[in-house]
Amino acid sequence: MRHESRRLILLLLPAGIFFAAFFLLPMARLFFIGGSGKTGWAAYAAILTDAHYFSSLLSTLGVATATTAATLAISGISGVFLQRHKFPGNGALVAMLTLPLAFPGVVIGFMVIMLAGRMGLIGQVTQALTGEKLVFAYTMSGLFMGYVYFSIPRTILTVMAAAEKLDPRLEEAARSLGASPWRVVLDVIIPGLKPAFISAGAICFATAVGAFGTAFTLAAKINVLPMVIYTEFTLSANIAMAAALSFVLGIVTWLVLAVARTAAGSSVAAAG
Amino acid sequence: MKHRGLFLLQLGFTLVVCAFLIVPVILSIMAGLTVNYFVGIESGLTLRWVIEVWNGYRDTIFLSIGLSLACLVVTLILGVPAAYVLAKRQTALTRAMEELLVMPVAVPGLATALALIVTYGSLSGFRTSWGFILVGHVLFTLPFMVRSVLAVLSAIDLKTLEEGAASLGAGFWPRFRDIVLPNCRSGILAGSLMVVTLSMGEFNMTWLLHTPFTKTLPVGLADAYASLRLEVGSAYTLVFFLMIMPLLLALQAFAKPRPAKFVAEETE
Amino acid sequence: MTTQAGKPLAIALENCAKTFPDGTRALEPLDFAIHAGETVVFLGPSGCGKTTTLRIIAGLEEPDAGGRVLFDGEDVTRLPIEQRNVGMVFQSYALFPNMTVAGNIGYGLRIRGTQEAALKARVGEMLDMMQIARLADRRIDQLSGGQRQRVALARALAVRPRALLLDEPLTALDAKLRDTLRLDIDSLLRSLGITAIYVTHDQAEAMALGDRIVVMEHGRVAQIGEPREIYQRPATRFVAEFIGTMNRLTGSAKNGVFSCKAGNLPWAEAPANATEILFRPEDIRVAESHEETGLQGTVAAAFFLGDRTRLFVEVGEARPLVIESTARRAFRHGETVRLAIDPRGLVVL
Repeated sequence: MRHESRRLILLLLPAGIFFAAFFLLPMARLFFIGGSGKTGWAAYAAILTDAHYFSSLLSTLGVATATTAATLAISGISGVFLQRHKFPGNGALVAMLTLPLAFPGVVIGFMVIMLAGRMGLIGQVTQALTGEKLVFAYTMSGLFMGYVYFSIPRTILTVMAAAEKLDPRLEEAARSLGASPWRVVLDVIIPGLKPAFISAGAICFATAVGAFGTAFTLAAKINVLPMVIYTEFTLSANIAMAAALSFVLGIVTWLVLAVARTAAGSSVAAAG
Repeated sequence: MKHRGLFLLQLGFTLVVCAFLIVPVILSIMAGLTVNYFVGIESGLTLRWVIEVWNGYRDTIFLSIGLSLACLVVTLILGVPAAYVLAKRQTALTRAMEELLVMPVAVPGLATALALIVTYGSLSGFRTSWGFILVGHVLFTLPFMVRSVLAVLSAIDLKTLEEGAASLGAGFWPRFRDIVLPNCRSGILAGSLMVVTLSMGEFNMTWLLHTPFTKTLPVGLADAYASLRLEVGSAYTLVFFLMIMPLLLALQAFAKPRPAKFVAEETE
Repeated sequence: MTTQAGKPLAIALENCAKTFPDGTRALEPLDFAIHAGETVVFLGPSGCGKTTTLRIIAGLEEPDAGGRVLFDGEDVTRLPIEQRNVGMVFQSYALFPNMTVAGNIGYGLRIRGTQEAALKARVGEMLDMMQIARLADRRIDQLSGGQRQRVALARALAVRPRALLLDEPLTALDAKLRDTLRLDIDSLLRSLGITAIYVTHDQAEAMALGDRIVVMEHGRVAQIGEPREIYQRPATRFVAEFIGTMNRLTGSAKNGVFSCKAGNLPWAEAPANATEILFRPEDIRVAESHEETGLQGTVAAAFFLGDRTRLFVEVGEARPLVIESTARRAFRHGETVRLAIDPRGLVVL
């Protein structure tokens, strides 16, 4: 089957060439440009040594961690619930929960503005109730809300798919041994969903670290790494620093996903 | 019943989550059709904002549609054969390739876009064309096509099916055409929907890759959110919803967990 | 039935070995000739090299360097399967889910550019022959296992192949269906007169279908012969025990008598060096009370099967003897029985 190998290489070649020319080569170039600025290769350490960059790294990781925790909790509860209980309207609920599956970040930013912006629903309601208008769309909380909004649909799908595969007999066995509902959740359901949680969580995290559209829509003032990179590139024209920072950011998100993939043992679907 | 309370608690929670996701969508649709959102729905309904958006941003809509279709064509040409090879040969090399192909999704779009700009930004003819954005979109969407097709191909006994076709006289290309392609149709379809939807909404890369003459719909949206009144932004969002809603609904049909399609082997 | 285009094909394997990339030797060098029109069954446990041999004949694997495959004397070693014009039936059927039953059966003809009318006629002929005409427009996932196997056979034969290769075609089916289809395949192969190569791990299938059987073990041929020969004159211990049930007595032969723990067995032709004799359950019986046989044992278990009783008789060997008794009587556990052995069934290895 020597001919076949040649044909298979031929079929893989277009994707390979495209990928090498437009991803590998540019990434390599980005790496070298990152080291070509005023500070040289020290630019790669700046994310830790420069107070400004370091603080934005911390807040980026903070918002990503919070997003991941909140999304997993919300999607875990609702996903298992919707998988376990089939009632009239169940399908409609699933449809609504997964509708924003591919909303882009900018649109999600706008959804946050509709809820928590200056003319948002939350502001109107709080004003009517307390006389004080609650507006937080343009802050870190707004960003957090946007990322949770973004992550819920895909996480719920992952959780539901995993919950479907859980063997209900395990729960029955646990209950027959005298476990309370909470212990069943703790000892059977959560361990069973762990791989799904790891893979979905990694995607939440990576998205929250690297996404740009939501932050851009909400405000340029929010101090997260993608916004810092964007500012370095456009306003300060500091291309080397932008390159170094984005290279580091890329490595971080890629590592998170790669580690999660190994930990979960199954393939982690890519983030949107 | 003892668990009734727990059931209602979970149902209530899920309804709140649902509201969180759906209410802003409804608000935005309403805002796009209201004369004055600040005054409220009493100010009357109007298509004025939608028409304004249509007149001002028509080009971005057409560009996005064209771009997403071009992106689909390229990902089909690059992705389907690649997925076939990856399904067929499980070697260290193909696994590494699979891992690499997913990187543009793992790596933030901002980084990829910067890398493209520092490498190809000086080719001005290319930099200012929509082809520049297309390259970014293809990088970002290709893994979805590959994975979607690969998932289907891994689920069928591709090797034996091909051997069956070969035993009947079919060479490599006829097998690819008659056996491989038709049997990964569902994967191609799901992948295509994903590619078009994602390309239509891609912003992270596009914001850096675009030029004033190559503004896509999401770029226009960001513009509108930043500089125009809420009603126009909403109307623009409404147009976007109208465009991607059919795609999203179709995607949902695919993403929903379904019973296995092929029944277990039974006997006569 | 005129399914066969030309005369049946003679196949020869010369020095065919197969080593997989990971270094495992699936097949030791094999020389073997299959006569035109003959049905040869490759029989053995999984991993014995039988499927590899079939795949080398089919053109799905190439033998290691130095090996040759000849079709009617012509070297086809480097020819891929699609150019060999052999029909193949797979264990998992390999039916195309994207085509109907008729589409599957007609695929090989379509590839060969057959005219639409001729193609239709041939597909109809095959559907009738396999008695599945009513399934013509069904999708594959609407068929039962037995129906799928019939479609697979029809598809393989539709192109009038030079030889038919069957890789464990009945393994995925339940026992009853297997019997029916075995009968169908047998009459099909006889009526077509086609050269057929059949791979199985089921000795009953091999005995029923094969003109000759090739028993394989660990990538080597253990014995080649007609079913009767393989059964009655096994060449090795492995063949003896893989095919059917074999009883075994150990002892020594002297002056026309074989002596063992169970007693003395008169056997005029006993070879002087025989330390072990083998025989089938049908060659041993429980003697009538008046017979003097010289052998006896104790009933360890007796299973009444309706038409006969299967006895396990303890005779001080590693394993009890298996005896199929048709005697119209019950046997008690622990009962002492006298045993008679037909010397014509004795095998010494």
